[in-house]
Amino acid sequence: MNIHNTRIVITGVGLAAPNADNLAEFRAKLLAGTSEITEIDLRYFGKAPAGICTFPETKYRKKKENKRGTRAGCLGVYCANEALADANLSIDHYDRDRISVYVGLTEHGTVETENEVYNISQYDYNVDYWTHHHNPRTVLNNPAGEITMNLGITGPHYAIGAACAAGNASLIQGVQMLRLGEVDMALAGGISESTGSFGIFASFQAQGALGSHDDPRKACRPFDLSRDGIVVSEGACLYVLERLEDALERGAEIYAEIVGYAMNSDARDFVLPYDKRQAECMELALERAGLQAGDIDILNTHATGTKQGDIEECKAIRKVFGSSTTTHINNTKSIIGHAMGAAGVLELAGNLPAFTDKLVHPTINVTDFDPECELPNMVLNDPVQLDSVDTILNNSFGMVGINSVVIVKKMS
Amino acid sequence: MTRDAINDLILEIIEDIDEDADFDSLEADKPLRDQLDLDSMDFLDIVMELRKRHKLQIPEEDYPELATLDSCVNYLEPLLADA
Repeated sequence: MNIHNTRIVITGVGLAAPNADNLAEFRAKLLAGTSEITEIDLRYFGKAPAGICTFPETKYRKKKENKRGTRAGCLGVYCANEALADANLSIDHYDRDRISVYVGLTEHGTVETENEVYNISQYDYNVDYWTHHHNPRTVLNNPAGEITMNLGITGPHYAIGAACAAGNASLIQGVQMLRLGEVDMALAGGISESTGSFGIFASFQAQGALGSHDDPRKACRPFDLSRDGIVVSEGACLYVLERLEDALERGAEIYAEIVGYAMNSDARDFVLPYDKRQAECMELALERAGLQAGDIDILNTHATGTKQGDIEECKAIRKVFGSSTTTHINNTKSIIGHAMGAAGVLELAGNLPAFTDKLVHPTINVTDFDPECELPNMVLNDPVQLDSVDTILNNSFGMVGINSVVIVKKMS
Repeated sequence: MTRDAINDLILEIIEDIDEDADFDSLEADKPLRDQLDLDSMDFLDIVMELRKRHKLQIPEEDYPELATLDSCVNYLEPLLADA
């Protein structure tokens, strides 16, 4: 097997987004610009806009298991089973010890720790009342491990922590491990339960980076002059990844081939993004894919709706895509908020159907466009119909200076 | 607390852990773990709930006393006499 020439494809998608629990519904709502961001009331913090997922939580495991495990585990078990069903793939098709689970997480354990501190506060902070479930719930491999327990997968499972680039990082891990021949199938993606943590909201607010609006559906406004920050969302998305020859052999339907990827670090600042490294990351991914900027049909941005973050990414895109007249640019967070570790994979998933419908879903909530974000072919407020869509590039960047880019191509 | 009340308390705690638990055919003198979907972590949940609800500190060496519904009642009866 030639490692570098081994082609890896996406054959299944399972997702839970703040406006959908399957890809068809998700796509329809992205095209319609239907946001279901709502207002939640958090302990200590109070009210804030947030994206909450509604999905059949007991479809694949008992309520007892959901209660014992974590919200991230619950989201993960649902998405893993949905991805397999979507791929029309039985868990027994591959040897169970040749299947792996890679889950990208921005953070994990924050929710459980906050809940437990609150719990013992009811008992005068006596740690005798601290739950025995704390450690298995907060180990970083918890969400991936809950998936393996549910499905009886005995290959490797672990988490990849890469802030909000984590979903893409796990996807990349899946590609690499399949190419190395370490596994025969990977469930890879990202999960976020961050909406359960008042601390995450409070920290963004302390940074002046928490989005707000009287109408929570308009709180996330990337590229709009009035944007004022991030909308925190929960969410999850897992892909079934297989080697192309294996997928073809079993007659699988193929969403896309992962043809390029890159990750790098800013090595500069805890929170501020850096256009130079973002541009380098996009260039490296294009080079590995053997593509030019003009070959990319849809560029799905990371933009979260912060003042500087959006400008910085647009500067990076301008550097790499400045001369491209064919690349259309959109943003999914404007509709679903920021699903943190799930963001990259969830947003890419929402764009995969463009290979079939040739539509570019819009960035919504743009009424007063920020000229500093000016780029050609930005798709704002209404979808755009293209003659063909063959390539999609997804950007996902994260705190402490981590950048990721994934490029997928339609199977011909 | 009466023996019946202690019996109900244990069943209530188990139902909190697993609301699908079926008590219809439960035999009080047979191990709970053989009859219900309970494992060692669930037993720790029972111990924690007794601590939270009745400030009972059950030492680890006494955990086997919670094996059956009858043994739970026998063990807890003197501890909850004033409850």
